[in-house]
Amino acid sequence: MKKGFLFISCEEAIHISDKAQYGEASLWEKFELKLRLSWCNITRSYATKNQKLSEVFRKSNLKSMGNKDRESIKLIIQQELKKQQ
Amino acid sequence: MKHELNPEKWVDLYSDYLFNYSISRVNDSEIAKDLVQETFLAGLGALKNFKGEAHERTWLISILKRKIIDYYRKINSNKGKAEVRIQFNSEDDNEGDWLETNVADPFDKTAEDQFENEELGTAIYNCLAKLNTKQADVFKMKTILGMETEDICNDLNITASNFWVLIHRARTTMAECLEKHWF
Repeated sequence: MKKGFLFISCEEAIHISDKAQYGEASLWEKFELKLRLSWCNITRSYATKNQKLSEVFRKSNLKSMGNKDRESIKLIIQQELKKQQ
Repeated sequence: MKHELNPEKWVDLYSDYLFNYSISRVNDSEIAKDLVQETFLAGLGALKNFKGEAHERTWLISILKRKIIDYYRKINSNKGKAEVRIQFNSEDDNEGDWLETNVADPFDKTAEDQFENEELGTAIYNCLAKLNTKQADVFKMKTILGMETEDICNDLNITASNFWVLIHRARTTMAECLEKHWF
């Protein structure tokens, strides 16, 4: 068996864990991650915290204004501040 | 401790917090955006009145609360009145203080749920403030706005690998911070 086949480094596992939080990890990557999680405590600890963070955000149901809206309000504030000077 | 106002940083620091506060009360993102903008403008107009006793976010929230009340007053006095009248079932309903008793309460939510959500929202925003601007932008665009990775990379002119590095750093900081203050 070639080194690298089924074996992924801790960094790779963490990267896959991040991608998995946004549904961007492939089936194969998820399989590799699961294998790593079965024996690596560091990866397991990171993946658990990562999952918890995603759950908190889902629960919070937060919304964001989006960059375009924020930039346009920033511009209005800057103009208003200039007027006051 | 005397607090100071930094209007140049208001949008980066508080726009999302105020937006969420607002959207949970008016249930319309366009109206919520307008209310946030009006709040900032009213804040700019009242800079001289700020005594430094409250944190600037608390001060801005108190302005936003007034704006939300004004918004409901406005819709109740025009279009809102007509819509509420249609819902009356009997003649008895037309008597008395019909407007106050029949217009939906803007704060009509399970108090406990709302309180917990607001507490969590506050904890999240306090932690988001610990991220650098680029990390915060990338993290919010991906996690809160749910944008596609490719679109974020194009918008911010960064590579996919750079994107994932920023996401990883942001997630690590957020997890550590929320572990201290929320979990």
